[in-house]
Amino acid sequence: MSEFAYGGELREMPDPASATDAEWTDYVFNRNSVPGIKCEWWCHTSSGVWFVAERDTVSDIVLRTFLHVKSVGGGA
Amino acid sequence: MPWRLVRFALSSRHPEPRMFTRHERLKNSYDVVIIGAGGHGLAAAYYLARDHGISNVAVLDQGYIGGGNTGRNTTIIRSNYLTPEGVKFYDESVRLWQDLSQDFDLNLFYSTRGHFTLAHTDSAMRTMRWRAEVNKHFGVQSEAIDAKAVAEAVPMMDLNCGGHSPPVLGALYHAPGAIARHDTVAWGYGRGADRRGVEIHQNTQVLGIELEDRGSGPAVVGVRTNRGRIATRKLLCAVAGSTPGVLAMVGLRSPIYVHPLQAMVSEPLKPWLDPIIVSGSLHVYISQSARGELVMGASLDPYELHSTRSTLDFAESLSAHMLELFPFLSDVRIVRQWAGMADMTPDFSPIMGKTPVSGFYLDSGWGTWGFKATPVCGKTMSHTVARDENHVLIRGFAFDRFARYALTGEKGAASVGH
Repeated sequence: MSEFAYGGELREMPDPASATDAEWTDYVFNRNSVPGIKCEWWCHTSSGVWFVAERDTVSDIVLRTFLHVKSVGGGA
Repeated sequence: MPWRLVRFALSSRHPEPRMFTRHERLKNSYDVVIIGAGGHGLAAAYYLARDHGISNVAVLDQGYIGGGNTGRNTTIIRSNYLTPEGVKFYDESVRLWQDLSQDFDLNLFYSTRGHFTLAHTDSAMRTMRWRAEVNKHFGVQSEAIDAKAVAEAVPMMDLNCGGHSPPVLGALYHAPGAIARHDTVAWGYGRGADRRGVEIHQNTQVLGIELEDRGSGPAVVGVRTNRGRIATRKLLCAVAGSTPGVLAMVGLRSPIYVHPLQAMVSEPLKPWLDPIIVSGSLHVYISQSARGELVMGASLDPYELHSTRSTLDFAESLSAHMLELFPFLSDVRIVRQWAGMADMTPDFSPIMGKTPVSGFYLDSGWGTWGFKATPVCGKTMSHTVARDENHVLIRGFAFDRFARYALTGEKGAASVGH
């Protein structure tokens, strides 16, 4: 696995201007660490490509990988 | 075979329980239910019964006693932390440790060895001096020493790291650093609690937690298990890497994230290494057990996983770094390797005490630093549960500190860099 680096779970950032303190704190600190199938950021370090992997955090099996549409320029 | 053993084989009633009483069924209700029969959970039960007179307690475990991180750590006990909260808390723990064998009438093989945290850079030396000063201020024996003093104390170590890594410039020396036999800690607390009337139920999985809201917010009223329902108004969760799953049952979210931490031991060798050696730069810690095995660990695995698998990657990289310090170990064989699930927090301090759910108490966030805290966690959590108020020693570790942006940044928590 050393060819790939983990970037944490894919999460939506609330709008900092309109989020309440509680929502913002939840976004900054709290994590969904319950075992299950999750979408996560991973980086292929030798090519520098960040992508999303759907992975089972119990069996460590990657089910699916895809590029994050927003991050590669609106799906162009 | 001796006849007295045959008698045990033929009867389901064991007339001479060596350590614990086996209870056939759960009672309908308990004053306190503890999830997790590891060191922390059993210690809390022990002190609840001994110091607070609450013995109508059930300790539940989905596996067996001490089968989680209590039996999976590398048994190092120390108090040379960085924050005042941490130093005071762990120092109290070390004091409790020193009397435990007497307390239990059970030999924990508690062995004071001295603990060296190696520094390979000037900035690491600066941190060592900082930690030494904080420690001394709170009466904990720690000092920053130079490379010559390290060489005198550990003559068999290659301070140049074979030229592969920056050389050892000095160390933080912590004389009270110790090791102990980890299973015995769980057994000692378990037996002590059992004798005082606490029920320990192994192979009992918690399936759900029942809450009730009578206008003042949610409160615990019961626990559903695979062996039936139990009514209780006080529930202590001491389940290390399984904490997020239990928190989800009461509708709480936390900053805890779970990564595996691996360790391994070598074949037994004649005693040659008295002190405990840690190098944050090389991601290595090593001590020699009473059996002569070298007990070794490294840093966390780099991504989230809820499993205790072990990897060849880990054994290879740890061995490579170990050989930089101790090249003569190249012929020594590794005999066992394992992993535990570490419940990490963003500030490397635990999350302890009361929660927004009334009657639900948390002893969690023990990441890679939980074993040494076992006795003091039992003491402080039993106080917290019995009186429904956070013990003074754990106020810096409260659940709501994140919402207040008042973190307790414990960079000294991990001997090995994260």
